[in-house]
Amino acid sequence: MLRLAPYLTAGLVAGPIAVGLLGVTLPAFGLLPGLGGDMATLAPWFRLLDQPGLGRSVAVALFAGLGSTLIAVLLVFLFLAAADGTRLLGWMRRLVAPLLAVPHAAAAVGVAFLIAPSGLLARLASPWATGWQRPPDLLIVHDGWGLAMIAGLVAKEVPFLLLMCLAVLPSLDPTRRLAIARSLGQPPFTAWLKAVAPGLYPLVRLPVFAVLAFACSTADVALILGPTNPPPLAVAVLRWFADPDLSMRLVASAGALLQLLVSLAAMAAWWAGERVVAGLGRGWLTGGAPGVAGRAVSWLGLAGLPAVAMSLTVAILGLAVSSLAGPWRFPDALPDGLTLAVWARSLPAIAGGLATTLLLAALAAVLATVAVLAVLEQAARRGRAADRAAGRALHGLLYLPLLLPQVPFVFGLVVGAETVGLAPGHGLVLVGHVVFVLPYVLLVLAEPYRRFDPRWIMLGATLGASPARTFWTVRLPILLGPCLAALAVGLAVSVGQYLPTLLLGAGRVETVTTAAVALASGGDRRVVGAWALAQAAVPAAGFALALLLPRLAWRRRRGLGAAR
Amino acid sequence: MTGHRLRLDRLTIALGGVTLAAIDATVGPGEVLTVMGPSGSGKSTLLAFLAGFLDPAFSAGGRVLLDGEDVTGRPAEARRIGLLFQDPLLFPHLSVGGNLLFGMPRHRAPRNCAPRECDRRDRMRAALREVGLEGYADRDPATLSGGQKARVALQRLLLSEPRAVLLDEPFSRLDAALRGEVRDLVFARLRDAGLPAVLVTHDAADRPADGGEVVHLCPPAPHLP
Repeated sequence: MLRLAPYLTAGLVAGPIAVGLLGVTLPAFGLLPGLGGDMATLAPWFRLLDQPGLGRSVAVALFAGLGSTLIAVLLVFLFLAAADGTRLLGWMRRLVAPLLAVPHAAAAVGVAFLIAPSGLLARLASPWATGWQRPPDLLIVHDGWGLAMIAGLVAKEVPFLLLMCLAVLPSLDPTRRLAIARSLGQPPFTAWLKAVAPGLYPLVRLPVFAVLAFACSTADVALILGPTNPPPLAVAVLRWFADPDLSMRLVASAGALLQLLVSLAAMAAWWAGERVVAGLGRGWLTGGAPGVAGRAVSWLGLAGLPAVAMSLTVAILGLAVSSLAGPWRFPDALPDGLTLAVWARSLPAIAGGLATTLLLAALAAVLATVAVLAVLEQAARRGRAADRAAGRALHGLLYLPLLLPQVPFVFGLVVGAETVGLAPGHGLVLVGHVVFVLPYVLLVLAEPYRRFDPRWIMLGATLGASPARTFWTVRLPILLGPCLAALAVGLAVSVGQYLPTLLLGAGRVETVTTAAVALASGGDRRVVGAWALAQAAVPAAGFALALLLPRLAWRRRRGLGAAR
Repeated sequence: MTGHRLRLDRLTIALGGVTLAAIDATVGPGEVLTVMGPSGSGKSTLLAFLAGFLDPAFSAGGRVLLDGEDVTGRPAEARRIGLLFQDPLLFPHLSVGGNLLFGMPRHRAPRNCAPRECDRRDRMRAALREVGLEGYADRDPATLSGGQKARVALQRLLLSEPRAVLLDEPFSRLDAALRGEVRDLVFARLRDAGLPAVLVTHDAADRPADGGEVVHLCPPAPHLP
């Protein structure tokens, strides 16, 4: 059975991806069996090109995707350069870790609450600084170029990237690298950028590309913060898909395929940018000049990331306050009173959404974790060079969904499922979730598995334990922490899924995420706040348990738990 | 306890057609065969082969016989060849007693003690008593001193009832004061149990005080790692 694990897992990911890509490509060229399309044609593409605002939709997607990723990466790297070795780094790690649990939609709702004309920032500055007695008539949220959307994406991705960097940083031995660079005459900030950053970036490249791929094709953040007319491409595709005129589905397919091309173009642009920076950087590295990265940049690095992290924290706390707020007139920074009315009214619906969310997320996380463990365990038991090459190929496949824009994939999966007579619903949603959860689970577990001392396994065997017994009684208990972390990450990723839940469930599978996004465009802010909080609570509880359980289980084992 | 006999029958280990190690020896009950050589001479590879963990990149010839039985093709867990590493490697998630119970076979329950668990636990406690660690069964292994850990690791090995023992520089991480003490204890216990042992080391001081056969391995070619 274990021998089949790599094939089963590969099929679990490759199957839906293949069906999805096929299901989006065929209709994009007019081939849609259900709608009588039986001849290949470019007509959907011509109709797509005739859609008003298409160029702007593509431009906004590219601009927001590349812009938010660039800002997030710069904030993280400049912060690490400026704060390495200071106490600020430890504080930020602690502040940012819980923010990782905040789903995209909740973060976007929080940012909207912060920066809207009637939002917290405007209230704090009014009327003493701005003179505003009523919310100004400014288009801040939903602005035409997606600046608010970029802010939301940056706020959400900075914690993720910072934690990914911190996870791999120790393996670079930054203290020693810094000491050498400084002894060669570089000031600390420059020394970090010259001696640590070039080693760090390759290790976090996959997460960076995942961030870029998400940002270019996000639908939920775009719906909450992005421009509306024309919207970013992913949202435009959603609109065409929902059009009562069924022939618009062909246009939507072409649009979804265009989204794939846009995402690939963004990744190609990023890749080219990497080459340019590397080329310029080599000159800078060997140029010997110490002071190029000046004091101003270093202050920017020191202040930028903490400002973003604090903003998101305030935004989430603000959501909590607003969901409890009584009357809250405009320039007031705090509501007149607190009331449970909103919660009392929304709780029955929220509870229903939470139940669906939890069930889906728990199943997806467990399935993905079991599949990943089986793959890693199978690989660990065989050490052949040929197997290792196959293993790398398998990992590449399993990581693919990180880079895959959700729109075309999910869209094609719906079409493909309908073609073979599978109705959208909970089962299909679960498949979609597993595909997107699995790479994150692998991301969490691969490194602990690789670093696991093989002598534990040899020891188990020489003491007479079979490979299966060694797995259950030695490897799993020692890796309890990483396994629970993988489950928690899987839970969080599943809870955050908007597009797969919406489309694969045909709108009938309502999770807290789909509900929060639906309410965000137009609903009462206090109700939205309650839903977004409920959405953030599930992953937060998961992460808390993943931290707490190993400590409880190993509270009497100093060699485990406490040390991690 | 009756003794066991380990026969290394014309063993050769090669990597890419280059022979790394060739050895032919018999280790009788309680005897120690010392394999010496600098790092890179194939000592660890030889040990991995005997234990059943040879990396598939290597090719090996010859047979490993235990009490006349060919175990060459068997998986590690079915060979009953015990292994002591440089580090004691006590399972961090188990108590000291749990570590000792891990490898103890479930058989030979005497008639006067009905539940088998009772017998295993008694033997575990007796094993702790033998090395001066009475009452340590429930302790967290991380709280033991280096010498105590080494003794627990040794007892865990013996309780798993191996038929032969491999020692991979087992004393090199101990400080000088402990080293002689642990070494003498290990070899005395192996001799009492009638176990043949293969010791791999680069340090002649690791050998048992009463000697035993020594084989020197040389690095096969200057450019190999």
